[in-house]
Amino acid sequence: MIPVLLIVVPLLSGLAAFFIKQEKGVKTWALLSTVITLVVSLLGLTVLNKAANLHADAEWLPLLGSRFTVGLDGMGQVLCLLTAVAFPIILVATWNSTYKQAHNFYAFMLLSQAGLMGVFLAYDALLFYFFWELALIPAYFLCSIWGGEKRIPVTFKFFVYTFIGSLLMLVGIIYIYLHTPDQSFALDAFYKATLTNKEQGWIFWLFFIAFAIKMPVFPFHTWQPDAYEQSPTAVTMVLSGVMVKMGLFGVIRWLAPVLPMATWLNGDTVALLSVIGMIYASLIAMQQDDLKRLIAYSSIAHMGLMCMAIFVTSEQGMQGVMIQMFNHGVNIIGMWIVVELIERQTGTRKISELGGLAQKAPGLTIMLVIVALANVALPLTNAFIGEFLLFTGVFNSTVSKNSHWFAAAGGITIILSAVYTLNMIQKVFYGNTSSLTASFKDIRFNERLVLGILVIVIVVIGVYPRPFLALTQETVDTILSRMIIKQPS
Amino acid sequence: MKNVIQLVWLIPLLPLIGFLINGVFRKQLSKSLTSIIGSGVILGSFVVSLLIFLQVKQGHTGVVDLFNFISVGKLSIPFSFQVDQLSSIFLLVITGVGFLIHVYSAAYMHEEEGQHYARYFAYLNLFVFSMLLLVLGSNYVIMFIGWEGVGLCSYLLIGYWFKNVDYTNAAKKAFVMNRIGDLGFLLAIFWIINQFGSVTYSNVFEQVAANAKTLHGSAAIIGITLLLFVGATGKSAQIPLYTWLPDAMAGPTPVSALIHAATMVTAGIYMIARSNILYTLAPSTNTVVAIVGLATAAFAATIALKQNDIKKVLAYSTVSQLGYMFLGLGVGAYTGAVFHVMTHAFFKALLFLGAGSVIHGMHHEQDIRHMGGLKKYMPITHLTFLLGCIAIAGIPPFSGFFSKDEILAAAYGANKIYWIIGVITAGMTAFYMFRLYATTFLGQFRGGEHLHGHHPHESPAAMTIPLIVLAILSVIGGWVGIPEVLMPNAHSLEHFLDPIFKRSAEVATQLHLHTHDHPDHTTEYILMGVSVGVAVIAIFYAVARFSKRPELGEPTGFGKVLANKWYVDELYNAIIVKPLNWLGKFLNNFVERDVIDWTVNGVGKMISYSSRQVRLLQSGQVGSYVLLMVLGILAFFVIQFFVKK
Repeated sequence: MIPVLLIVVPLLSGLAAFFIKQEKGVKTWALLSTVITLVVSLLGLTVLNKAANLHADAEWLPLLGSRFTVGLDGMGQVLCLLTAVAFPIILVATWNSTYKQAHNFYAFMLLSQAGLMGVFLAYDALLFYFFWELALIPAYFLCSIWGGEKRIPVTFKFFVYTFIGSLLMLVGIIYIYLHTPDQSFALDAFYKATLTNKEQGWIFWLFFIAFAIKMPVFPFHTWQPDAYEQSPTAVTMVLSGVMVKMGLFGVIRWLAPVLPMATWLNGDTVALLSVIGMIYASLIAMQQDDLKRLIAYSSIAHMGLMCMAIFVTSEQGMQGVMIQMFNHGVNIIGMWIVVELIERQTGTRKISELGGLAQKAPGLTIMLVIVALANVALPLTNAFIGEFLLFTGVFNSTVSKNSHWFAAAGGITIILSAVYTLNMIQKVFYGNTSSLTASFKDIRFNERLVLGILVIVIVVIGVYPRPFLALTQETVDTILSRMIIKQPS
Repeated sequence: MKNVIQLVWLIPLLPLIGFLINGVFRKQLSKSLTSIIGSGVILGSFVVSLLIFLQVKQGHTGVVDLFNFISVGKLSIPFSFQVDQLSSIFLLVITGVGFLIHVYSAAYMHEEEGQHYARYFAYLNLFVFSMLLLVLGSNYVIMFIGWEGVGLCSYLLIGYWFKNVDYTNAAKKAFVMNRIGDLGFLLAIFWIINQFGSVTYSNVFEQVAANAKTLHGSAAIIGITLLLFVGATGKSAQIPLYTWLPDAMAGPTPVSALIHAATMVTAGIYMIARSNILYTLAPSTNTVVAIVGLATAAFAATIALKQNDIKKVLAYSTVSQLGYMFLGLGVGAYTGAVFHVMTHAFFKALLFLGAGSVIHGMHHEQDIRHMGGLKKYMPITHLTFLLGCIAIAGIPPFSGFFSKDEILAAAYGANKIYWIIGVITAGMTAFYMFRLYATTFLGQFRGGEHLHGHHPHESPAAMTIPLIVLAILSVIGGWVGIPEVLMPNAHSLEHFLDPIFKRSAEVATQLHLHTHDHPDHTTEYILMGVSVGVAVIAIFYAVARFSKRPELGEPTGFGKVLANKWYVDELYNAIIVKPLNWLGKFLNNFVERDVIDWTVNGVGKMISYSSRQVRLLQSGQVGSYVLLMVLGILAFFVIQFFVKK
């Protein structure tokens, strides 16, 4: 019941939104829809948290062996909650933005939410693929129609990347499907697929590249800074806060447990790529003058750590991924809200043109500093819990022999993140005002509200993460039991 | 009464409440209310700390569990506090000295505008909260929380006047250099988890003691202790990570006294003293700790010889004194190191607050070349500052003598060269402190131009009373640790701390580790006499020279090298900062754009040539896309429906 509602509410309200031509009306409609989705998600976490409510199964494409199977496990709960929380926050934070053809904009936003929910809920590979596309295609339109001046080449690049990724994944899905015992797309059937090590080896890369593009992992990442920079901020928030989690989620649900042997064999390669990407992205982040690009590269570094933690296969690392997927979404949306506020008032995102905002907007500064501290994983913020578990997991992996070095090298980004984040705070908020910031106004009520909520979430999870960790413990155990295999002699 | 220990959570909670009140209501609260709340919560913590100390003194110690913080698989990290001899001493120093500095700040910061005044007190309270977490935690993760928390507060307070770019640069530098150390600390924690499956002190130390034989000198124990020490070099400003501390003087002077002299910078000593059993089993690490400490002590002292900013002299002096403490740890004089932390907290806080009083009286002048003769105008500041100088110079029976003597005696037992360099450094310490004293307080007043004819003035009572209290402590604070040779059984601090270091001694005996011989009584008298003699000569020489002819010009020759701090900042800039920036630029401008992007775009173009669909998608009509999408979805179902029939 709950999973179906999580998909159907945004899907139907999104389709309806195409026909609400009045801007104020469609805005309210979209907000209402996302709030209902949030309520449904919260109900599924609390009062309706019973197995019967969390799974649904219906006939869909019987000839192909595909069923409409959806369900919420711990990981699904976390990611659906993230999706459900993110959208209303994004809508409230960007409430003052105006878009041409607003009805189409909000319709695509809602359809994208439906797609995301579906991705996190699907237990059938074809269904998963379907929702994967449903989430991406609206995002592609949102970026190409409402984006910045360079949107056409940027969306083209975005499209090429995702198109290739999807194509590879589809090939992989069909190949595994053909090797399932009962010709089915069900996840359980995928677990049972009989594949030789060699087959696993090349299918692994089909899936991995698709997911790596989405996360993104070096060197599949160059679409991302451009896309973040050119998209309208509301879309950037969706892309970075929620959509990148599709890549991690895909690996955890559809790659690692389905192809455990290949995952094990390629673990070190992927971990190496991740750690290179972490340092590479951090060094580049230090050079950025555009706030959006800085955050984009910072995000690549953070995603690299999560990706590495999955592949070194340890309990702490996997739990770290679970909680960090949520935290990363919350924190990066917080960062974008601040960027959006700055850009709307000053017309620029260039760090070199800003300065002195702390004098003009102490309220905004406090919020930004807390979010930024979460970005550098300071203790008692949510990201510390995640990073601590991720690094502990990587360092203490029993699967990878090089894991100590991966943790140590990845640890360099702890230092580098402080460099670029504090530099950003200093150049934008401290010092004296520039001509662009001289008349800056502090944050308004709706912005204070959403940033306040995010800050509370940051601190609460940072101080008392237990409920979150308990939520995903079972998923982690299940996944790990499938990933840890007998080592070949 | 034993239940007082159960109330230990009040100690950090009160400053946290102070932080929240002053932070949230910074625009509403009056300045006096702000300072009363800010100081009052620390006083409250001090009272609880005192009650707990009395319990601990009677032998009641324990761990107080608050809640389960992180628990994943077998790893369980409780949020709990450790009440024992070591933490209770630090509690007293932090809340006691902290309270005095809060009171002092109320007057010192009075020129600040209301909300910034409240912001200052909020940060200061948050600092005390973090520092208390650091020493109270019963495991390495809680220590790390406090560890990074104090780093954050240090960052916020150094950059308190955030309009000034130099100050915010200093703040950033402090945070980043501390982060380098923090990475070492974190890796040590991961390794501890790897080795012992736990981060809780009692659990880890018991396992260490039980497996002392196998662990002794093993790669794991050496690695863990070295990485912890890397953390300590960051927070406690040791070579090679010390350069942030002198820059940190950009913060308000009471901040320098509290954070950058009395408390935060001693966190590294606390960490190693806490982990003493690990270090006992890692002899190679101890050598590294001793040498780094000694080198830092001597090196920083040479720089202090030529500084003309009153706070910079004190900053390098702090780096140097911290070096002594690490020397003590390295040669196994754990009690001596903790003792020096305590006495140093008294006299260095006193000296910084005295410097603050001078700066206040001189209307923000910090260059001692523009001072001179202040004795006449600021009698209380002068007298207390003088007492502080005598204490740090190590003249008996002032506090600094006892703690420094204990470290030097142990250093002599370990390696005579340690002792020689230690004594030379002590001579330099006495020299630069009295150079500072004489140039500032003696001779003729030279600041007429800077004060536009005004006279410097003595500071208000809120500032002088803390000075007086700290001066008394600087004089008598050493009497808790009178060495055996001077008065048998008078080293009450050693008795008190015995339970903390007992296990180390046991393990050392059990493994027949070479414990350093304690020098015999005659030797000890001679050692004491030499170090005091060197200090006295240095003092008289400095006073005689600088009270009449202070150094007013720019230094030349080798003096210039010292005045420029051996050009270490420039060196770091050339070998680390610049290459990193260059690499970043190379990756950003060349690899990212020309290599990776070009490849991807190439692939993209190939596809677009061969695919009609892509070109169609490029054409830009929203309606048709949507239609396509909806039709596609519908088609799925329609086909399915017909096929089924």
